[in-house]
Amino acid sequence: MNPIHRRIQALHNEYLAALRKEQRVIRLWQAALLVAFFAVWEASSRFQWVDPLLFSSPSAIAKLFVEKMSDHSLLAHTWATLFETLLGFFIGTIGGALLGALLWWFPRLAKTLDPYLVVFNAMPKVALGPILIVALGPGFTSIIAMGVVISIIITTIVVYSAFQEVDPNYLKVLRTFGATRCQCFKEAVLPASFPTIISTLKVNVGLAWVGVITGEFLVSKQGLGYLIIYGFQVFNFTLVLMSLLIVALLSTVMYQLVALIEKKWGSRR
Amino acid sequence: MFLSIDRLSHTYFTKTTAVTALDDVSLSVEKGEFVSFLGPSGCGKTTLLSIIAGLIEPTEGSVRMEGRPLWPNGTDAPAARRAVGYMLQQDCLFPWKTIEENILLGLKMTRTLTAQTKERALALLAEIGLAGVESYYPSQLSGGMRQRAALVRTLATDPKLLLLDEPFSALDQQTKLKLEELVWKTLKQYEKTAVLVTHDIEEAIAMSDRIFLFSPRPGRLAKTFVIPDDLRGRPPLAARQHPAFSALFQSIWKEMEALESDPSTYPGAAQ
Repeated sequence: MNPIHRRIQALHNEYLAALRKEQRVIRLWQAALLVAFFAVWEASSRFQWVDPLLFSSPSAIAKLFVEKMSDHSLLAHTWATLFETLLGFFIGTIGGALLGALLWWFPRLAKTLDPYLVVFNAMPKVALGPILIVALGPGFTSIIAMGVVISIIITTIVVYSAFQEVDPNYLKVLRTFGATRCQCFKEAVLPASFPTIISTLKVNVGLAWVGVITGEFLVSKQGLGYLIIYGFQVFNFTLVLMSLLIVALLSTVMYQLVALIEKKWGSRR
Repeated sequence: MFLSIDRLSHTYFTKTTAVTALDDVSLSVEKGEFVSFLGPSGCGKTTLLSIIAGLIEPTEGSVRMEGRPLWPNGTDAPAARRAVGYMLQQDCLFPWKTIEENILLGLKMTRTLTAQTKERALALLAEIGLAGVESYYPSQLSGGMRQRAALVRTLATDPKLLLLDEPFSALDQQTKLKLEELVWKTLKQYEKTAVLVTHDIEEAIAMSDRIFLFSPRPGRLAKTFVIPDDLRGRPPLAARQHPAFSALFQSIWKEMEALESDPSTYPGAAQ
């Protein structure tokens, strides 16, 4: 290796080391922020800077968590909510994508339904809650339905417009080979819209949680949403905050999984 | 007659206007011939190409290939259209497919993908200087390489007629000249009939056997230039060096200028 190459190699190593150092500093600050947050919370509660009845404290939450875990009630609630959210998420996303495909397939249907889609999209879907409960019964079906209605319309609209925005030249290439509409969809429209579909997944993670937690508020039978509303009614804010922390944790994990999928599938372009 | 276009007209309709893009165009192309449609933008040359490719239905007139009608639409029109290959200005390789999947696309769409046709397509890829890139994605290739892969994709279905819609216009000069040479040689080798749409006079002269000059608004066939034998036998780069090249360039240039400056001198212009 001649000197100039060695010099470049050394500079590159320096650059990589600087990058790694920056990354470490950021991670350190993030961890510090987390620790500081819980420390300040614990201290304010213990020294009565804030009302411990309203704001609880990390130690009380931890104690309650252990207690609820040992009598298995928390796992049942968490599992119920997670199950409803996952199902709502998948039905909403897949259903929305299928509806989007249907609209692409039948342009006249798309034109006809356009104003109705706008109305449905603009309407706060949470307001449908009472009707869903009456129609589907006060159980997990209506909660899942809440998760679905809240995400399906926006998914339909986003996926449909992604289908329409596919570069017409791709379709031109296919049509010069005499491709059918089905072949055009499979070879160009769907794969070209794949990044958009994946990015709606990210949005839908959040929406499914909103729908399911609201649904559980209304049905008030089981799940983390139920624990939150129940804790609120009996003024047990330790329970409310604990449930909230679990929801935050689970939704983050779900979001990260989707981000992982996006990284894996979206890397080719 | 290999390709014959008879009294072809096409009008585009919008909410507010009806624009006639092609007006009463008749021409014919011999088997194995390389012709160019030359003209400024708005002369309907791309519309004409799209009609031949079967992408647009003409308002009036007929297109026949080897006696079989491409237009007006009939029962054997789709089969006839399958013998037409189309190459776009952009390479339009599908970024989510590998080069191999891209060049086999036409075979897959026409349901003619066999071990034999696949082997032929891959051989063609190697012949055109792209051996070893089969598993690459288009984004890993340069512009010239991508356009070459697009040529292989078009040739893979073994079309009898090749339509080239300004395929060199998005490339840098050096790549363009090299690719012109390569396309010309490949088409001559496989004895393909080809129609090139271009607004580049030099390109038209260098590559063609005949040039159809179009006038704009509405698109009409203004003049036909037959390339002298000295030039047409030579590959594009050599043709560009030939003394007869610049003389022909001058006469086409003058003709185009005349079209532009005085619309009333359009041959057959409506008074």
